[in-house]
Amino acid sequence: MSHTTSSPKPTALFDLHRAQGGRMVDFAGYSLPVQFSGLLDEHNHTRNFASLFDVSHMGQVSVSGASFEEASAALETLLPGNLQNLKPGGMRYTVLLNSAGGIEDDLIVTRPAVEQGEDVCISIVVNAARKAHDMQLFETALGDRLNFELHEDRALLALQGPLASKVLATLSDAPNRLSFMHTTPSKIGRIDCQISRCGYTGEDGFEISVANSRALELAELLYADERVLPAGLGARDSLRLESGLCLYGHDMDDKIDPVSANLVFAIGKKRREAGGFVGDKAVLSILEKGPEMLRVGIVFDGRMPVREGADIVDDSGQKIGNITSGTFAPNLGRPIAMGYVPSTMVAIDTPIIAMVRGRQIIGKIAKMPFVPQNYARQPGI
Amino acid sequence: MTKKFFSSDHEYVIADGGSAAIGISDYAQDQLGDIVFVELPEVGASFKKGDEFAVVESVKAASEIYAPVDFTITAVNEALSESPDQVNSDAMGKGWLIKVTLDNTEQLNDLMDESAYATHIA
Repeated sequence: MSHTTSSPKPTALFDLHRAQGGRMVDFAGYSLPVQFSGLLDEHNHTRNFASLFDVSHMGQVSVSGASFEEASAALETLLPGNLQNLKPGGMRYTVLLNSAGGIEDDLIVTRPAVEQGEDVCISIVVNAARKAHDMQLFETALGDRLNFELHEDRALLALQGPLASKVLATLSDAPNRLSFMHTTPSKIGRIDCQISRCGYTGEDGFEISVANSRALELAELLYADERVLPAGLGARDSLRLESGLCLYGHDMDDKIDPVSANLVFAIGKKRREAGGFVGDKAVLSILEKGPEMLRVGIVFDGRMPVREGADIVDDSGQKIGNITSGTFAPNLGRPIAMGYVPSTMVAIDTPIIAMVRGRQIIGKIAKMPFVPQNYARQPGI
Repeated sequence: MTKKFFSSDHEYVIADGGSAAIGISDYAQDQLGDIVFVELPEVGASFKKGDEFAVVESVKAASEIYAPVDFTITAVNEALSESPDQVNSDAMGKGWLIKVTLDNTEQLNDLMDESAYATHIA
């Protein structure tokens, strides 16, 4: 994680968060609410109804070039995802690698549904803590061919939960036009927005990009629906972990390749053979040999959470792996975690021993997601 | 006649002569958020002021709980293994962590009374 010496930046919704009782913390250089009414309440509300998260700390980057075809071909020399075959309005999860195959960031690449003027033909959302770093990597690799712009003037609001589409449908026709991982420009009320059907909670939902100057008005429109309640970073973390979604800087980093991180789907199928992206040699070699360690899901007996940093040991107490995220799963009522174990012991139900405060905690490998994902495979509400 | 004392680390001691109930303050439970697990010591164990004697875990994080005075454990709150949320709902009552005999009641004078603690957290 990056450290900032200056005070954390407020987002466009800072005053609203405070007025709603948000407990503010410094997160990746931004002042953001970690919780409002309480983490469990917010988690459960998101699973059952709809919650609004302020994710304005995420980096919103626009890429300009002569055409989508040219820009996507250029980006593919850097990123391992299949980008050239994105249809207008399509979105793709991929990773940014270094030459050793380590993950510099994970990101979502979007082809706008319609031409957006100023030659913008692709947009990318990156992690908050990696913004400046990624921009430098983009510029260095492709600055002579493409123009990259980071939009600090825009907010990002995530409306998440099984009722998100019903709520948004009262204000926009976007839910009826979008399936999971698709985007469209749309007005919400009178506010110009870019609406994408995606999120990081495992639930159906939307991420709405909006000018900072209209963000408060948008939030108030959404909160006018009494089914929508605010949720903070705490619930966002327990929701994403239950949904098996990994978090940059915790479950993967620049020393871990996407094969070991169990993110092979982030590499386009053809590209797994043909390469042609930064880190390709290392990644293709690991793909061929198979990774030594693999990211897995683990459920533990009892109630004691097994958290990031805990060692995974064998019967003799020798360290053989580590936990990278862990919490008490609200929906399962038991501790869950992600971690790395030798790839010889990744079969479901393989026993796992983790050490917490000198004590052995017994668990077993579990299928991820821990809680079924609930994405909208078809447009509609 | 019981009397309430508080440490600057937000533990409370509800003392009745030489025995006491010890837990975390209502302010502390609110700061920790939803509590999902409490790790308690063995009955009969002795702790010195400043020793870690329990761990309270919320969904977010694990927090060590320190002995505000010297004591020997006479009972632990077994109900918390099933309902750790009692620490949230009734920190000063049903959410007690341990019952103890105090080794040295003089040490209570180093702690805050209710009004001093109210100022401390204000």
